[in-house]
Amino acid sequence: MNKKLDANYYSKLLELQQLDFALVELTLYLDTHPNDLQAIQQFNQLAQQRQQCAHQFEMQYGPLLQFGHSYSKYPWQWIETPWPWQV
Amino acid sequence: MWIYEKKLQYPVRVSKCCPRTAKYLVEQYGGADGELSAALRYLNQRYTIPDKVVGLLTDIGTEEFAHLEMIATMIYKLTKDATPQQLQEAGLGEHYANHDSALYYNNAAGVPWTAAYIASKGDPLADLYEDIAAEEKARATYQWIIDMTDDVDLQDSLKFLREREIVHAMRFKEAVEIIKADRDTKKIY
Repeated sequence: MNKKLDANYYSKLLELQQLDFALVELTLYLDTHPNDLQAIQQFNQLAQQRQQCAHQFEMQYGPLLQFGHSYSKYPWQWIETPWPWQV
Repeated sequence: MWIYEKKLQYPVRVSKCCPRTAKYLVEQYGGADGELSAALRYLNQRYTIPDKVVGLLTDIGTEEFAHLEMIATMIYKLTKDATPQQLQEAGLGEHYANHDSALYYNNAAGVPWTAAYIASKGDPLADLYEDIAAEEKARATYQWIIDMTDDVDLQDSLKFLREREIVHAMRFKEAVEIIKADRDTKKIY
């Protein structure tokens, strides 16, 4: 069950965390500045980039989300380790 | 509804087993100004706050759960290799007797979390000022904990959380201005 967590795992995860950080920041900013067109453009661009990055990560290391928001190979991958606190 | 994402918001690394630091960190897990209180406070206020700031409360409340998971990860990593003897020496003997190494929602002094930590006044400005104060108090707590550890890996993650408190406080201050502007517009009308 325990996947090999190589250097690539950590660098792909960090890349995703970096994109998500920018997206969280933009989200909160836009919540109080809803008319900033440039920020919305940046948000949409990063959201697309994020989708590609998450897809690549999931293909290699398994689903990030459940309840149907991520696909699974056989056998059911969601229950595989590592959980976030184990890496 | 909420969807869980199987990753931390920001990497959490610790360079050594240190149950004493874990004991202090629990303040941000189940303490008055901790992440659990923050998440529940903001999400609970959403139902009576003006529509213009519901999005902000939803998003910050959700981010707080990601922070709660980071704190839990820190505590888990700092204590997972500790012997009962080490836990006892770190002042966690009472905790160990009741919970083994399991996490529990209490503060650094062992007082269980209580809903009394959360204010919900129904008045938008009172609630938002409460939120700003909560963020500032959490920021201060993170600073005290950063000052008490020499673990640079842990400090890195704690500094991230400290900075998030600053950003959240700033957004809440903007929300106050939004509410005030909205209220003034209505008065002129």
